[in-house]
Amino acid sequence: MQPVNVIVNGNALSVTANADTPLLDILRNHLGLRGTKFGCGLEQCGCCMVLVDGRPEKSCGKPLSAVVGKEIVTIEGVGTPDRPHPLQQAFIDEQAGQCGYCLPGILISAKALLDQNPSPSRKQIAEALDDNICRCGSHIRIMRAVERAARSMRQGGRR
Amino acid sequence: MSASSALPPLLAANPRLDQWVGFPSPGRVNVSTGRVEIGQGVLTAMLQIAAEELDVAPDRILLRTGDTDLTPNEGYTAGSQSIQFGGVALGLACAEVRTLFLEHTAARFGYPVADLAVQDGAITRRGEATGHDYWSLAGAVDLRRDATGRASRKSVSDYRVVGRNAPRVDLAAKVFGEPVFAHDMVLDGMVHARVVRQPRRGATITAVDEAALRRAAKGPIEIVRHGNFLAILGADETVVEAAAGVASNHVAWDGVDTINPFQEEARWLLQQPSIDRTIGPPPLPVPTAPGNRYEGSYTRMHIAHASVAPSCGLALYRDGRLTVWTHSQGVYPLRDALVRTLTLDPAAISVKHVQGPGCYGHNGADDAAADAAIIAFRRPGEPVKVRWRRDEEFGFEPVSPAMMVTAHATLDSAGLPADWTTEIWSGRHTSRPGGGGNLLAAEALPDPPPLPPPSESSFPPGAGTRNGEPLYDFPAKRIFHHLIAETPVRTSSLRGLGATLNVFAIESSMDELAERAGTDPVAYRLSVLSDARARAVVEHAARLADWKPGLPTGTGRGRGIGFARYKNLAAYAAVVAEVEVEESVHLLHVWCAADAGLVINPDGAINQLEGGIIQAASWALKEGVRLDTAGISSRDWETYPVLRFTEVPEVVAELLNPAADLPPLGIGEASGGPTVAAIGNAVAHALGTRLRDLPLTRERVMAALLKA
Repeated sequence: MQPVNVIVNGNALSVTANADTPLLDILRNHLGLRGTKFGCGLEQCGCCMVLVDGRPEKSCGKPLSAVVGKEIVTIEGVGTPDRPHPLQQAFIDEQAGQCGYCLPGILISAKALLDQNPSPSRKQIAEALDDNICRCGSHIRIMRAVERAARSMRQGGRR
Repeated sequence: MSASSALPPLLAANPRLDQWVGFPSPGRVNVSTGRVEIGQGVLTAMLQIAAEELDVAPDRILLRTGDTDLTPNEGYTAGSQSIQFGGVALGLACAEVRTLFLEHTAARFGYPVADLAVQDGAITRRGEATGHDYWSLAGAVDLRRDATGRASRKSVSDYRVVGRNAPRVDLAAKVFGEPVFAHDMVLDGMVHARVVRQPRRGATITAVDEAALRRAAKGPIEIVRHGNFLAILGADETVVEAAAGVASNHVAWDGVDTINPFQEEARWLLQQPSIDRTIGPPPLPVPTAPGNRYEGSYTRMHIAHASVAPSCGLALYRDGRLTVWTHSQGVYPLRDALVRTLTLDPAAISVKHVQGPGCYGHNGADDAAADAAIIAFRRPGEPVKVRWRRDEEFGFEPVSPAMMVTAHATLDSAGLPADWTTEIWSGRHTSRPGGGGNLLAAEALPDPPPLPPPSESSFPPGAGTRNGEPLYDFPAKRIFHHLIAETPVRTSSLRGLGATLNVFAIESSMDELAERAGTDPVAYRLSVLSDARARAVVEHAARLADWKPGLPTGTGRGRGIGFARYKNLAAYAAVVAEVEVEESVHLLHVWCAADAGLVINPDGAINQLEGGIIQAASWALKEGVRLDTAGISSRDWETYPVLRFTEVPEVVAELLNPAADLPPLGIGEASGGPTVAAIGNAVAHALGTRLRDLPLTRERVMAALLKA
């Protein structure tokens, strides 16, 4: 095993692991970034969503070899309690969540949407989140939160 | 209240005040609750209750929860009982603590107690500071005493924290991806483990191709075997997972029984031996005129909890003590079950709750914790983390049993039921490990415990019989219950238990009877509903939806209503659904009105109603566990689909009189049954023909249309 470079949340990092190690395991176990969640390991639920070069991708099925040199953004890179992303603030303001396990993946999908489309319709939001499962039934609040974040970003919120 | 007041049950069971409240350091308050956060927001509500009754700012409170070393034993966090019972006990304990401090201050400094109050922990006299507070007096007021129940809780009009919307205390950490879940825990020197599941109870291992497992792992693993319990361990989770992913190909089993896949549909229940009982008066003689009789049968398949992530448990056995971290709903019952499985002393086991993915009943959480405990017990000093695989959770968690319900009614001359029977066929809805059920792994150990006997709770609240008795004013009503002892797969409690199908059956029947009587479904219900709170939610839901009688049926667009008082004891909820049906059902709108008495956190309660509506819509439209001869075959999200973002309806949910001076009523499960019923009635209205078997899939809509 040779060390390879990945760029996570803007930091160039060296990782030594088998080339077929899932990106999710690299993030959680090798880099200690446990904000990205395991949900199914089957690329069906979206809990493990991260941005790879700006596109939302399920990290459970993405081997390390496929992301070498690419820019990866995880939930930890989206915002922090001190500097929340408008989406994170909107999810808190709308109380959009119950168990919250699915939220990091949903926030990543939502960020990918708003980065491309600053004024999405409700239908476009639903379509952008359709790869993410929320089992508690917080969908309506989540879509409201994405709308709120989009408004706040259009009105000059950061990012 | 007088000194002889009976304590609420959970305070009577845990009377010591220092079990509930402590003042560890200046400005800080420890509050303990046996209730655990399972996604429902209970921590926030408990914090509000404690802050209110102690008169301290909520952010002074450290809430300790679900820990056999630290918190009261409140059994399970289940059945929509946390606020109705746990919150009442906590509130009264806090009120008594506040009273003790006020009385101590009065006696010690010679003030009339009526002049004293608490403001954010400081004792005031007629609004002026006394210089004393909880922390300065804590050494003199001994909380190592039993609650008496003599303290009065505040009156509702004095509430400043309870009854106001409070943001969830756990939510922010989750949107920033903080490692708050059991799945995120890392212990020093921890090994990851996967269990190679015994395919069916009684199966025995005949061969393990260890070389093949090691080849697949591509890294170091250990294989642990105890009887027919087999686990793969290693420091590198990726390596362990790689071996576990192929393990079923490399482990041979003997004595694997098979089942009949036909059992995935509930009608097989009719052919099974059952334990029968009647709840209620004997039936009236059946009238001879068939026009005066109604009979309708309704079914539902097995339903999975399908938490968004599979279960996870951690354990460490060191110096003769076992510590277990789990997202189980009941740390004390799990401890009792581990005592039996490992033959350890209860005092040698600590079970600590850590949050997990949303929990809607008895899923794999206890079993994953037991897996970790069994492995850790055999490897002293080594922390063990077991995270189930997705197919393992779908394949081996206990599922909610398939059910069939037949409603029988004898009608009076006005077309209203004079006599009503709800006849229920169901497997068991309760097999929690603390209630006599088995931990899954125990069945694979040497000397497995016997199959637990079938069980059913008394009505009300009932389990399979839950909500089997309509709340309507029928002169005579009863339940015939057929408890099916043997089910093809493990079954246990899922949000709502039997209420989901019982309410679907009763409310579908009510719509058919209304149609037969030529009456609007809302008006028909109100004509036999004298409970004022029940009437109010039905009327309010109809108003929210702008309900109009007499809309034509069979147009492809339809509306329906469903109503129940959960358990016949908890919150009231009425739901109106609007659907469009072409080949499949599109759920457009849902309106819900609920009365839960005094509501601690109104926004939290509405969040629960909304979640219950969407989850129930998913049950109604999409969900049913698939079986093949080997057991559960729907082991991923494609074979067990749930409602997704593009499929959810617009939802409006409102609370009636949430600040009423009325006891809180459990709300977490209240919207489910009425939602399934409302959708069923809306689909019947849209199609002009009724579907009686859930889920209401495209295939079933097409079949019903062909038949009609």
